[in-house]
Amino acid sequence: MRIKRSVAVSENGFVFDSSTGDSFNLNGIGREIVELMKNGLEQSDITQKIIERYEVEPAIFEQNLMDFQSMLRQFNLLEE
Amino acid sequence: MAKLAYERPIINRISAGIPDKFGMQSRIRPIPQIEGLSVEELMKKYGSPLFVLSEKTIRDTYRSALKAFETRYPSVQFAWSYKTNYLDSVCRIFHQEGSWAEVVSRFEYEKALSNGVPGNQIIFNGPHKTRDDLEVAIENDSLIHIDHFDELYTLLEIAGKSATKPKVAIRVNMDTGIYPRWERFGFNYENGEAWDALNRIMLSGKLDLVGLHTHIGTYILAPSAYGMAANKLAQLAINLARKYNHHVQYIDMGGGFASKNTLKGAYLPGTDTCPTFDEYADAITSALINSEIEPDHMPTLFLETGRALIDDAGYLLGTVIANKRLPDGRRATVVDAGVNLLFTSFWYDHQVVPAVISSQHTENTTIYGPLCMNIDILRDAVMFPLLRPGERIVIPRVGAYNMTQWLQFITYRPNIVLIDTEQRVHVIREQENQNTFQTSERIPQYLK
Repeated sequence: MRIKRSVAVSENGFVFDSSTGDSFNLNGIGREIVELMKNGLEQSDITQKIIERYEVEPAIFEQNLMDFQSMLRQFNLLEE
Repeated sequence: MAKLAYERPIINRISAGIPDKFGMQSRIRPIPQIEGLSVEELMKKYGSPLFVLSEKTIRDTYRSALKAFETRYPSVQFAWSYKTNYLDSVCRIFHQEGSWAEVVSRFEYEKALSNGVPGNQIIFNGPHKTRDDLEVAIENDSLIHIDHFDELYTLLEIAGKSATKPKVAIRVNMDTGIYPRWERFGFNYENGEAWDALNRIMLSGKLDLVGLHTHIGTYILAPSAYGMAANKLAQLAINLARKYNHHVQYIDMGGGFASKNTLKGAYLPGTDTCPTFDEYADAITSALINSEIEPDHMPTLFLETGRALIDDAGYLLGTVIANKRLPDGRRATVVDAGVNLLFTSFWYDHQVVPAVISSQHTENTTIYGPLCMNIDILRDAVMFPLLRPGERIVIPRVGAYNMTQWLQFITYRPNIVLIDTEQRVHVIREQENQNTFQTSERIPQYLK
C-alpha cells in the first residue's frame, strides 16, 4: 500500500494531489502515517513506530489505521 | 520517556466552492453536565439510554412565558397540554405553577383528575369524545371544546336530560395566512360555519357558552398568524355580544408556539428563528386589546402552549455502540437511543453532542439508532467527532412529545429522571422490563 507519487504533503498536514487537483488536510498523527507510508514502511512497521511514540493500545491503533487507510483509498490517494 | 497523547489519524477533503452558510465551522460544544450533575454519573446510576428532565428549566420557562403575557394583558390562564408530556410529575409541576389541564382523550382526562386538577379547571379538547366522556365532563363541570356538529348535537341531547348546563366553547379553524392550514378540527370561520354553530348553541338555551377556542397549527414561526387568529375570535365575541348580549368568559388561543429545535430542511437553525414569548404575546394581546370588545368584558386569555414550555427541559442521554465506515466513505456512528425514543427526529434535525470530547476534529457522520431497521436515523449528516464505543452522547431539547409518542419496539423503554431544583435526582418513570409486558399479555390454554 503506497501513496501516489503525485501526492505532496506539507509540514502542517496540507495534502495536494497534483494528478487530480484535490486537496486535503491531515491531523498530526495522520501526517506522520502518510510520511511513513511515503517512505515505504509496511503496516507492521508503522504500527510499531506509532505505539512506541503514542499512548495507544495496538488493537485500537490497528483499527484506526485500517479506517484511515480506507479513507486514503476512498480519496484516491493510493497507488493502484 | 513519557508517551504522547494519542489522537486517531484523520484526513478531510478540503472542498472549495461550497462555502458553509455561516462562513465558518461551528465548534462542537460538549454537554458534560445537566443542572450541575455529571452526565456520566447519571448514566452509571440510571442506565443508558436515559431521559433527564430539569425542573428548574420547566419552572423558569413557564414563568417567562407567563410574564410575557401577564405584563400585556389583564387576565391570563395557561392550561398544560397533556399530550406534550403527560408524566404525572411534569404535569404536577405545571399545576403547582398555576396551570390548568388541557386534555384530548379520556386517558388524559383521568390523568388530570388523578393529578388533583379540579374538574372545572380541565379543558376537554379533541375530535374524539364518547357520550360517556361527555357525560363525565359535564358532571365534573369541565370546559368542553366542541369539535364538530355531531358532538354539538350529542351534547344538546345530554343537556336536555341533565340538571347541569354543560360549559362549552367551540373550536374554530381559520385562514391565518400560514401553511398548512389546520382545517380538520373545529368549525370554519370564513365560510360561516363557526357563526352557525354559535347561533345553534345560543338559540338552544341548553348550553353555557363560556369560550371561543382556536389552535392554528404547530411550530408556528409567524407570531402575526396568532394576531390574525385572535382578531377573528374577537370578532366572533363581538358578534355574540351584539346579537345576544352574551359575553364569553375566555378566548383560548391554543398552542403551537415553536421551540428552538431546527426543523428538517430549515435554512437557519431554530435557535435563530424561534420567536420569543414576548413576540407571540405582543401579537395576541395587541389584537385583543385593539378589538372592539368592551373593556368591561375583556375575556380571560387562555393558552395551551406545550412544546415551547417543555422542550428545553428534556435531554436524552445515550452511549456509542459502534463506528462504521459506509461504502461511500461517510462515517457512521451507532448509538443506543433511536427513533423509538426520539420520535421527533422524524421532523427535527436534533442537536447531538458528545458528553466530553478529546479532539475538535470532526467528520461528516450519520448517526444511527440501535434498531434493526433502515429508518432508524437520528441525524443524516452532522459534523461529529469520533467517539469510541462506550462514550456518551447528549441530545438536548427533547422534552416535548418524545415521552408520549415514544414506541415500545424491540427494546424496553428507559428510565426517566427528574432533577429537582435542589439537584436531587428522582426516577419519575421506571425502565420497563419483562413484567411490564407479561402483565398485560394472555396466552390461550392450548399454547401453554
